[in-house]
Amino acid sequence: MALFTANVSKRKFSIIDFFILTFIFILFYTILKLGAGMSIPFSPEQQPPILLDPGMLPYYAGRSLLRMFIAFGASLMFTFVYGYIAAKNKFAQKILIPLLDILQSVPVLGFLSVTIVAFMAFFPGSLLGVECASIFAIFTGQAWNMTFSFYHSLITTPKDLEEAASILHLNWWQKLIKLELPVAMIGLVWNGMMSFGGGWFFLAASEAISVLGENIHLPGVGSFLAAAVEAGDMEAIYYSILTMLIMIILVDQLFWRPLVVWSQKFKIELSESADMPSSYVYNLLHRSALIRLINEWVLNPFGRVFNYIFNQIAELSTFASQGIQSRTQIKNLPTILPLCFTIWVLYLLAEPAQEAFAMLAAMESRELLSILQLGFYTFIRVIIALLLGLIWTIPVGVKIGLTPKLSKTFQPIIQIAASFPANMLFPFITILFVKFHVDFQWGCIALMMLGTQWYILFNVIAGASSIPNDLIEVSSIFNMNGWKKWKTLILPSIFPHLVTGLITASGGAWNASIVSELVSWHENDLVATGLGAYISQATTQGDWPKIVLGITVMCIFVVMINRFVWHRLYHLAEVKYHID
Amino acid sequence: MKNLMEIKNVNKTFAIEGRSAASILENINISIQEGEFLAILGPSGSGKSTLLRIIAGLLPASSGTVSYLGSPIDGVNPGVAMVFQSFALFPWLSVLENVMLGLEGKNLTKDEKQTKALQVIDIVGLDGFENAYPKELSGGMRQRVGIGRALVSEPDVLLMDEAFSALDVLTAENLRRDLLELWLDKKIPTKAIILVTHGIEEAVYMADRAIILSKSPAEIVKDIKITIPRWRDKKSPEFLAIVDEIYSFMTKKKVVVLPPSLPQIKKLTQLPQVSAGALTGFLELLEDLNEKIDLYKLANRFMMDIEDFFPLVELSTLLQFAQVVEGDIELTAEGIQFARATVLERKKLFSKQLLAHVPFVQQMITILQSKSNKKMNIEFFEDLLAHTFGDKKAQSQMTLLISWERYAELVEYDQDKEQVYLESTI
Repeated sequence: MALFTANVSKRKFSIIDFFILTFIFILFYTILKLGAGMSIPFSPEQQPPILLDPGMLPYYAGRSLLRMFIAFGASLMFTFVYGYIAAKNKFAQKILIPLLDILQSVPVLGFLSVTIVAFMAFFPGSLLGVECASIFAIFTGQAWNMTFSFYHSLITTPKDLEEAASILHLNWWQKLIKLELPVAMIGLVWNGMMSFGGGWFFLAASEAISVLGENIHLPGVGSFLAAAVEAGDMEAIYYSILTMLIMIILVDQLFWRPLVVWSQKFKIELSESADMPSSYVYNLLHRSALIRLINEWVLNPFGRVFNYIFNQIAELSTFASQGIQSRTQIKNLPTILPLCFTIWVLYLLAEPAQEAFAMLAAMESRELLSILQLGFYTFIRVIIALLLGLIWTIPVGVKIGLTPKLSKTFQPIIQIAASFPANMLFPFITILFVKFHVDFQWGCIALMMLGTQWYILFNVIAGASSIPNDLIEVSSIFNMNGWKKWKTLILPSIFPHLVTGLITASGGAWNASIVSELVSWHENDLVATGLGAYISQATTQGDWPKIVLGITVMCIFVVMINRFVWHRLYHLAEVKYHID
Repeated sequence: MKNLMEIKNVNKTFAIEGRSAASILENINISIQEGEFLAILGPSGSGKSTLLRIIAGLLPASSGTVSYLGSPIDGVNPGVAMVFQSFALFPWLSVLENVMLGLEGKNLTKDEKQTKALQVIDIVGLDGFENAYPKELSGGMRQRVGIGRALVSEPDVLLMDEAFSALDVLTAENLRRDLLELWLDKKIPTKAIILVTHGIEEAVYMADRAIILSKSPAEIVKDIKITIPRWRDKKSPEFLAIVDEIYSFMTKKKVVVLPPSLPQIKKLTQLPQVSAGALTGFLELLEDLNEKIDLYKLANRFMMDIEDFFPLVELSTLLQFAQVVEGDIELTAEGIQFARATVLERKKLFSKQLLAHVPFVQQMITILQSKSNKKMNIEFFEDLLAHTFGDKKAQSQMTLLISWERYAELVEYDQDKEQVYLESTI
């Protein structure tokens, strides 16, 4: 009977279970202790100082990590609610999806000053306000991508399974649990992992920030680095970078790998593929008797209660909506409700919008023109950063992608490199620039590239490794070599992937411009003329009209480029260079 | 006998992008009695699956009603369960969990659900596999899970949507027998079964009654009682007689009488999706046989599924390479000539028949010739077709037409510019 099942027999406790138990205990204790540090009294004038003592780094790392996971949890909740509503309500979909598209392309870092002020006003005199602002910045770097993935899974749920669920009379909760979440799981885990990797950048950028004339430091690895840079302490910089690296690797191994392996069971295809991901942590947990006990006695009963409650809610809501619809004859209730909500939101926004327009109207048109010019400079830098990225990633990526051995070794390394927050490496390059008196107008392009080139490399590798083998064989039979081979085989095949990579990289470069056009080392400040520097200077000075204007112009640039360049290239890639 | 379900004046039109709404089902009336095994037959694309989904309450009818036990349904039909062509199993749930899903809507304790599910798993012959996952099972076993999941909720009516057509021949035969045994021996409380299929033999083997649908829009052409005693012998003369009869009903052309007041409007007929190469092969085979032959015998001989077979017959009769009389097919003089011709001659013949019998091709050529540069955007022609077929269908029809015309060397097509042009212009 048990011939085909993944058989978990009753195992005895082993030494491994002891370790897991200890680990769980320590984890809970640490979270409590770190969490306690989040709501201590705080004012910009009297902040707890960041100590440049390597012994403090584990504590700072813990605080940073906690921030990352809280932001991830928030992104997940947002994803479920927003994605579900957008997929299920036709009217809401028409507003929510274009909105998400814009949110996704907006340079998040520009808003940091706005959100910090808002959150500090919300929690006066407590560190919680600044904590929330940092968490919010990470959240905005993660949520949109995950929401898109979830929404997309919801609207592409296989039709036959959808019909089966209806015929079986599943209510919306049962359908979500049994069908929609499982279908979305693989995409959600994958996108979550990628977004989490991108989140480190926002963590490092948001922990230490000068806003409205005040320097604000949150205890964390990012602040540690910022303090080290200010003090010019080389050793402390090395320590913070090492800590970051360890954190990224640990989270990958202990959290994401096991999740990726677990999510494989939600594959929709009924055939088993040969190349399955593996994780020793997953195997360890899977075999552990302790984990099984915890599952049986803690998680399962809890899950059952949770499930029962939501099931009742779903039954009730279905019953209620049927009752309302049959009694009132209002057929378009699903349209009217979100419509009222939209009007309410617009009403709330009316006053701030008016103020913003008044502020813009008060500005001189010369100022506006000069901001557009600054935007153009940054635009040129973004383009050059992308082109330079292309020049080295295409040959390297194709080489790696076409050699399975190389891609096996390099893929994990590149993944770590892509997750590593580029802004933590800025000090090294800044030192070099200061030392050799490099013109920073051009030099900051190197800083921009640091974070964004990985996205291109990733996609080039993916594109090259997906070139069908028969096409490669054909090209060698016809003795295609050199440029001819690149022109007829390689470039067209990687084109769609290249476009995807460029879109992500371009978004990243705009975001990076805010932190990379203005850097400092010890007592040297390097500034490049551009919109990014403009925004970060305005943020430091606390000049509201300039902040709002700068961000608005940057958003306009990004959205325009998306509409007129990337979307077109994407369409071309889909239509012409699509390999099935 | 009690009336279980009543389908009254059901119509279905799909409002598709493009201009006119396409009618899929027209004036369907069926009543289903207790104890009946009903087969719904029709060529592919005839809307039989749509009809089944309307009966299930998955799709609303555009007009007309479906009632279950005398009261019209609103939303999913409470008295049915369904078996899907693709099985529609949840890959992340085990066999037991998949079957228990059929009881999810019922007010039972978990233990009761499990006991019931295990009983059904036993009945459908999956004992020992309750903890396996669908991907570990063969196609036939997967469909057993699908049947088990449908039966566990003890529906009055079991709906089967091409339930056997994704399986290989032997597995399908085995499963049909097992299901029939459950039904005939009353091992399951099901009161009626509706099977949608394109397999004529399958219908005659299993059902007590067959309803034959015509194509676009689907209407009921014939309602036949099948009274051959069980178990039926597929080689017996009475079995073959009914199969033959159904074949001739399914190939019969609908005669559309146009009102004489509108003679100038040419009605576009939907063209069968067949490549020129496939048609050539088919005509060659017919020529080799060199005789008038029963359609169903021909299909058997070529080991062809009627899904592939009917479009071939349709195109060869449309271009008048062959003719069908009373369920027999025969080559015409042009057909014989075509089958014996060389490659180049064939192209000429094909082009001649195409121009003569597909008015739209003639129209395209005339339009192209009237243009000074002999070029035209493909969208223009697609728009013409879209009036009748809607955007999506128009595109696929246009692709088909272009492939025929390219074969016939009537026009050329530039995919990058999306332009059609006359051969001679290059």
